[in-house]
Amino acid sequence: MTAAVTTVSQTAAGSPGPTRRRKPRSLLRGLLGNRKAMFGLVLLVLFVLLALLAPVISPADPSQISDAISLPPSAAHWFGTTSSGQDVLALTLWGSRSSLLVGFGVGIAATLIGIVIGMLSAYFGKIVDDLLSLFTNIFLLIPGLPLLVVLAAYLPPGQGTVAIVLIVTGWAGSARVLRAQALSIRGKDFVAAAVVTGEGALRVMFREILPNMASVVMTTFLGCVIFGIGAQAGLEFLGLGDTSTVSWGTNLYWASNNGSLMTGNWWVFLPSGLCIALVAFGLAMVNYAVDEITNPRLRTRRKG
Amino acid sequence: MSNLNTLLDIKNLCVTYRGGARELRAVDGVSFSIAEGEVLGLAGESGCGKSTVANAIMRLLKPPTEITADALHFEQRDLLALEGRKLRSFRWREIAMVFQSAMNSLNPVLTVGEQLADVFTTHERMGRREARDRSADLLRLVDIDPGRLKAYPHQLSGGMRQRVVIAMAVALRPKLLIMDEPTTALDVVVQQEIMAQIKGLQRQFGFSVLFISHDMSLMVELSDRIGVMYAGRLVEMAPARTIFTRPLHPYTNALMNAFPPLSGPRVELTALDDETRAAWSSHIPDLTEATPGHWVAPTPEGSHA
Amino acid sequence: MRYLLRNLGFYLIAFWTSLTLDFLMPRMMPGDPVSRMLAQSQGELQPDQVTQLRHLLGLDNRPMWRQYLSFVHDVFTGNLGVSISRFPTPVTQVIGSEIGWTLLLGGTALLIAVIAGNLLGVLAAWRRGGALDSVFPPLLVFVGSFPYFWLAMGALYLFGLTLGWFPLNHAYDVTFTPGFSAGFITNVISHLFLPAVTIVLVSIGGWMLGMRNTMIATEAEDYITMAEAKGLSPRRIMFRYAARNALLPSVTNFGLSLGFVVGGALLTEVVFAYPGLGYQLLSAVQALDYPLMQGIFLTITAAVLAANFLVDLVYVRLDPRVRVR
Repeated sequence: MTAAVTTVSQTAAGSPGPTRRRKPRSLLRGLLGNRKAMFGLVLLVLFVLLALLAPVISPADPSQISDAISLPPSAAHWFGTTSSGQDVLALTLWGSRSSLLVGFGVGIAATLIGIVIGMLSAYFGKIVDDLLSLFTNIFLLIPGLPLLVVLAAYLPPGQGTVAIVLIVTGWAGSARVLRAQALSIRGKDFVAAAVVTGEGALRVMFREILPNMASVVMTTFLGCVIFGIGAQAGLEFLGLGDTSTVSWGTNLYWASNNGSLMTGNWWVFLPSGLCIALVAFGLAMVNYAVDEITNPRLRTRRKG
Repeated sequence: MSNLNTLLDIKNLCVTYRGGARELRAVDGVSFSIAEGEVLGLAGESGCGKSTVANAIMRLLKPPTEITADALHFEQRDLLALEGRKLRSFRWREIAMVFQSAMNSLNPVLTVGEQLADVFTTHERMGRREARDRSADLLRLVDIDPGRLKAYPHQLSGGMRQRVVIAMAVALRPKLLIMDEPTTALDVVVQQEIMAQIKGLQRQFGFSVLFISHDMSLMVELSDRIGVMYAGRLVEMAPARTIFTRPLHPYTNALMNAFPPLSGPRVELTALDDETRAAWSSHIPDLTEATPGHWVAPTPEGSHA
Repeated sequence: MRYLLRNLGFYLIAFWTSLTLDFLMPRMMPGDPVSRMLAQSQGELQPDQVTQLRHLLGLDNRPMWRQYLSFVHDVFTGNLGVSISRFPTPVTQVIGSEIGWTLLLGGTALLIAVIAGNLLGVLAAWRRGGALDSVFPPLLVFVGSFPYFWLAMGALYLFGLTLGWFPLNHAYDVTFTPGFSAGFITNVISHLFLPAVTIVLVSIGGWMLGMRNTMIATEAEDYITMAEAKGLSPRRIMFRYAARNALLPSVTNFGLSLGFVVGGALLTEVVFAYPGLGYQLLSAVQALDYPLMQGIFLTITAAVLAANFLVDLVYVRLDPRVRVR
């Protein structure tokens, strides 16, 4: 027998009990080795860099109106200009700041709310759980976009409104997923053991349950960010966001409003939409990869 | 080993799981045979590889598992060579299997009748009505009211579900029935009923049985011969009575004594210490015939005490 | 039965919540909405409209609880107020004239996306590692990453404007009179095509991926192994054993995602100027027509809840374990 072959008994004798913590290191290593994850991460990092460096690398002030109206892409204006003479490349670069900021902000907030609700539900159970689930399900059921639209119409326009409105419509999705996961971990023996040995509620929640949910929290977070970016764009496209800020959504709003589409100025609305898609796609790829890594059954079997 | 009409002949069966960097030998060089009408018990603790042997025979293992054997023959046919349609028509007709948990092996969204009829419509190309009648007969065979054909698995009790699964297994009168821990998920009273059912059917139809369990006392009741597995290898093989009265291998001894007696003075449970386990896991030698019909793997010390 | 009743009760609570939200929102707004509207309309608001608005927004000095009761009463008797931007048409009338188009667009797109998506998912799972499994999911996810409205714009530009294959907006050309003539129907279909295809393209990835993952999880179940051991044909196992079970979570997800599809349909309507509820909602918002806005919101919510109930009915039919006596 070669040294590489292990017999069954060794593994049988060596297992100590239900595994407690899935090492975050192995998840990271798994991600780095996964093609999809790398592709997605590279995309994301690229966009974050562009957003951060926008003031430096932007060819012009995005709100600068000029006489160079509706010019197609050229050497002077790589992405062309809008119908009011603004440089599209500048608009796209600067737009990334607002879109990414709000997107990630909403994602973080929605995930945090989801974690809190999930853990409260899981730990306290019964009535608390029933009430919280009812509340969550109601918000899941009420159609998001109409609610978004109506809320935005009532509140004064501004970035803050957009963020609040997005969080209000977006938290339920993460709450549902995180609650389900927290509950399933709550039912495991090691949590029961912790409770029985007198560990306080906060400790149980944050040191026993939460670390084991790490991968689900990650996928939920990524999903919330995708939601944040997309919903923000949608809201702004409808003109309900803050039309004075520069973001990908407002770029598209102005593009549509100024009839760029109808006059065939495709370069005005192409970049912003493409950027949204690329960021969302990058996030989705990382998500896909995290799913594959933590659920081995989903991995594509290598042939041969 | 007895030579009367060998049904299943296995020589040097190896099952290897390849998981990227590591390799795991779940079954390592297991050889045995089953004669017509014989009941062979396969005993061992969880993880010793006995279920893997069963799955290998049924060809249910999927990549990345690798099955190799010098011989894996059923009635002189090479089981490893069967593929596709030949494999599918072979399955259930010649060899059938009863899985451990009936609740999990029955499709929750189909009625019991539909799942029984499936067997007939697939293998015998029967029409629906005829399949239904045959299914009703099957239920009667295991003492279940045929009206239960319309029931869904979750509506039946554990014992009834197991009997349904057993009925399903004997539907095509296979020559070999593999039973993988058929009573483990049931309580003791129902266990007895199921064992009686199996015994009755075996006497009635005369099929061979490969009975897998970790419960030695249960096996001794039913089996003609018993093989004991540990760490993917066979450590002892002898007629049932002999194993029960004169186990030679220390592991068999430990297994037999794992269940404390209900009466009599309190005794310490026999267990294997970690040293012994470690010593054995590196290499368990091949079986040698200690007395006629009684095969044991010599323990490292060389003695069989 | 109990399952259905419990869900029904839940939907009623959800509807009541949106009702209450609807009621509270105008009353919680900062500033005086009426003055805002007056400012926007530049003094064109008639006194009737102003009174109606004040009544609607609770600024007419009645006690809160009385306002709430009359509000609830109004909703359940079908009185959603009078539209400001189309004064004096009642809101229900406005909605009634538009809802058909939204149902047509949304319904068609949804059906196609769901059926095609799930079928593709089943096939992709069955042939793990094949072309369908490795190419389509990432591709469809990529397409689904684009915002609905952007794809809609792109499609409009490409196929409508540049290639001229499809009309650019509205549900049908005004030269046709509505009716069941072949000419009218073809015209409707040609107007419907681009918006529907857009919605299908964006949403199909989700269905396919979801079904694929559920199928993979189902394939690991013991009854699939048993079905194989029984020697059943792969096709029978795939459909009667695997897909039939994988369908259950799919159906549940379908209900929950209806809300999203509605959102997508609304955005698409805006781009194509398709005269459905979405387009109407937006113009209501722009005109600060609060009664109409609220009315549409309630209608859409009610419709989604009703659809969810229908989905529950289907689920009970599919999963015998839920039909506890």
